[in-house]
Amino acid sequence: MRLIAGLTTTERQTGLFLAGLVTLMGAALGIAGRNDLLGYHGLLIVVFGAVIMIALLRNLDAPEPEESRLSEYYDDPIRFGIVLTMVWAVFAMFIGVWVSALLAWPELTFDAAWASFGRLRPVHTTGVIFGFGGNALIATSLHVVQRTSRARLPDQVSPWFVLLGYNLFCLLAVTGYFLGITQSKEYAEPEWYADIWLVIIWVTYFVLYIRTLARRKEPHIYVANWYFMAFILVVAVLHIINNLAVPVSFGSAKAYSAFSGVQDAMTQWWYGHNAVAFFLTAGFLGMMYYYLPKRAERPIYSYRLSIISFWGITFLYLWAGSHHLHYTALPHWVQTLGMTFSIVLLVPSWASAGNALLTLNGAWHKVRDDATLRFMMVAAVFYGLTTFEGSFLAIRAVNSLSHYTDWTVGHVHAGALGWVAMITFGALYTLTPSLWKRERMYSNSLVEVHFWCAVIGTFIYVFAMWNSGIIQGLMWRTYNDSGTLTYSFIESLVAMHPYYIARTVGGLFFLTGAVVGTYNILMTIRHEPRPLRERAETLGADQPLVPGE
Amino acid sequence: MQLGERDPVTGKYTTGHDWNGIKELDNRVPRVVTFFLLGTILWSIVYWVLMPAWPLGVSYTKGLLGIDQRQTLETAVARGVSQRAAWSEDIERLDFDAIRQDPALMQIVRESGSTLFGDNCAVCHGTDAKGSPGFPSLVGNAWLWGGDAEIIAETLRIGINSGHPESRYAQMPAFGRDGILDRPAISSIVSFIRNNAEGIDDLGPLDTKGVEEGSRLFADNCAACHGANGRGDPAMGVPDLMDDSWVTGSDRETLIRTISQGRQGHMPHWEGRLSEIDRKILALYVTEIAREQAEGGNER
Ligand code: HEC
Ligand code: HEC
Ligand code: HEM
Repeated sequence: MRLIAGLTTTERQTGLFLAGLVTLMGAALGIAGRNDLLGYHGLLIVVFGAVIMIALLRNLDAPEPEESRLSEYYDDPIRFGIVLTMVWAVFAMFIGVWVSALLAWPELTFDAAWASFGRLRPVHTTGVIFGFGGNALIATSLHVVQRTSRARLPDQVSPWFVLLGYNLFCLLAVTGYFLGITQSKEYAEPEWYADIWLVIIWVTYFVLYIRTLARRKEPHIYVANWYFMAFILVVAVLHIINNLAVPVSFGSAKAYSAFSGVQDAMTQWWYGHNAVAFFLTAGFLGMMYYYLPKRAERPIYSYRLSIISFWGITFLYLWAGSHHLHYTALPHWVQTLGMTFSIVLLVPSWASAGNALLTLNGAWHKVRDDATLRFMMVAAVFYGLTTFEGSFLAIRAVNSLSHYTDWTVGHVHAGALGWVAMITFGALYTLTPSLWKRERMYSNSLVEVHFWCAVIGTFIYVFAMWNSGIIQGLMWRTYNDSGTLTYSFIESLVAMHPYYIARTVGGLFFLTGAVVGTYNILMTIRHEPRPLRERAETLGADQPLVPGE
Repeated sequence: MQLGERDPVTGKYTTGHDWNGIKELDNRVPRVVTFFLLGTILWSIVYWVLMPAWPLGVSYTKGLLGIDQRQTLETAVARGVSQRAAWSEDIERLDFDAIRQDPALMQIVRESGSTLFGDNCAVCHGTDAKGSPGFPSLVGNAWLWGGDAEIIAETLRIGINSGHPESRYAQMPAFGRDGILDRPAISSIVSFIRNNAEGIDDLGPLDTKGVEEGSRLFADNCAACHGANGRGDPAMGVPDLMDDSWVTGSDRETLIRTISQGRQGHMPHWEGRLSEIDRKILALYVTEIAREQAEGGNER
């Protein structure tokens, strides 16, 4: 394998040692948990470790890589990460469509426990957030940090350890839900052993990032890196604290949380909200701050605005989690704080979106012609829209209508589809040709197709959920003249049915786009670059070949 | 700060930084940003002064308005109760016949009964109250325990096989599983039932076998509960087997299964879960929809 040939012999041996260690750990877990669901996960880890060991062993005595590699950036794990990102995207969005169809046609579980709504839903959320989003963040952050620091990654083992180890975590999470393993904290469902593993991975990621920054040849650290650092650091803290738990035994998958009651709820939503803030926002802002100006070939509108937004966002988000618990047993004063900080938060959020859109000044003709840049432009618009909606929903009175309804789900997906997924696709379409040294994507019209599928899908999804959520919320709180409720819950479900079907259609559009995108990326990778002469004919002499790199 | 070059498009200067070709303009933070930042912070401070906001060790700042969510909730609940008192007291005090005489009260029964039924009963009895296999129809005018509002109210209070200390109790023995009757015997009884019950017009070849024998076996084994003529006994919650309404089903296979495996339906008790007024409303509501259904049937 070419990827392994890029490693030095010592690095291959280190990799072998690490994979062996993982395999042993898996075997230990499997044996201790042989009478528990944990046994399956032990086996999964053993297989995962063994596959890597075999791949390394078969290429152990391949020739040493060229010395000249040290004067270039190390991009192999990034290329691998891009492919993984798209694989996770297609898988997890397919499950999303399925989950959505389940709400319209509940019999689609086929009477199988693994296919019940309660198990498939976290497969979808973990798959999109951690599988798709996480791989995209790891890949792009390692690309951005090298380019903006003018420094190669400090070694070739730890990026692989982070990328592969992280995907092992995702696999443990997702297969666990199918089996029925969950600690039932939203976005933190994996059990203790997977959580510990992620801590190891994440600390390595953090250290890798710091080491690369320390090697930088630029005097200043670029904004994108501030965001990536905030993302890595805060996610580590959130993950460790929210997952504090005591396992039943070493041989059991089950652990009990260190928190209980309203403290547990508050810790969970402090985590949950900041997972949105630092994983789905800060990380992707980092992505935006690099690929958007790159593609547009425009300077960032305002450096000072970047500073204000960055500190505003990182400081304020950490206080806002309690807006998920309005009108609950959580003391009123905590709700007040969550609400007020959420409102102030709107200003730096819009400042970021504005900074991105103003950066496009002087490049609007490119937005018109280039679907890749348009992806990122639409993402910035949706980012603005979603943060406005978020601050609005954080107001207690509004929340009393919206909470527990589909409005929340619509809000989440305005952000997830419109912002997270679109900025990722924009970034990947910029990154892929440059990493594989192609002058452009395999097909620009397919990028265009993907763009429109994504936009149409997002609009259908979000409008369906707005309607359904508001109708639902109103039905739940409508009283007769006699002072009793007008509608039963089941009547509100009947009213939701057409919207659930519409949402499934929107999801299908979005999924189709992702499949088209994956095909396009894979074809770009396989497609031979055209000879230079031909290239000179099709392009004007003054046009840059790849606006991205 | 060292200033960079001039951006040809906007005419602004860059900060002089350059990261792999990315530059930054040295634009000031737009006024609106500062304005809204200060504005929202100011608003927050005012809000903190007015509402419960900051922790103080074991207590917290209560806010000048003295608002507290628990109090707000309690007031709202009390307001709702007093609003409903206008009619709820009447429903509590009057008996079923008296309520039926009062169209205004019956309007309320219909309104809130429909929501109560949808939220508590429809999961089992169906949104249309027509039931499904295992869960009886409440609008067929064929009752296990009886269709008077008083009886229904009692059924709701204590449930059937529900675990309530006073629960109604009804059990159909498992004649096959417990070895009381063998398969051919059960089969003849099924033939007997299917030949004599109302409204069964899909008799197959098997149904002609052992009708005589079935009649005898029925008298020996079933009549004690279901009555000599199979007409059931509402006092014990034993269903009529000769009418055209079934809880489980009247096809051969289902009947054989019921008689072999027995049956003990579970109807939850609602005492302690629904207030007496709500149960009264539901009992009346169920008789109302049953009556409407029957009248609708006659019109046709
Ligand atoms: C968990 C399912 C379930 C729920 C919920 C339920 N029921 Fe029932 N109900 C039953 C079953 C099963 C029976 C029949 C019991 C038997 O077979 O002995 C029954 C019987 C009854 C009967 C007796 C019918 C007769 O012929 O005498 C009435 C009346 C009734 N239910 C009304 C209600 C009302 C009103 C509600 C809502 C408050 C309700 N049920 C909720 C399952 C349910
Ligand atoms: C001990 C009293 C008892 C005896 C004896 C008894 N039954 Fe029942 N049977 C019941 C009761 C009570 C029910 C209602 C059970 C329920 O729904 O929970 C019932 C229900 C049934 C049903 C289901 C009716 C429907 O609407 O789905 C059938 C069929 C039936 N019995 C047939 C028989 C036959 C045939 C025999 C004789 C072999 C028999 N029963 C003997 C008490 C009895
Ligand atoms: C094909 C596109 C998608 C479809 C059809 C889809 C569908 C769904 C459905 C049906 C739910 C469950 C809603 C409910 O319980 O009522 C859901 C939840 C969720 N999805 Fe998606 N989804 C898609 C893409 C995404 C993406 C790309 C992301 C993130 C990057 C995402 C993040 C989430 C999150 C965070 C939730 C939980 C929301 C909550 O708890 O309020 N989804 N999705």
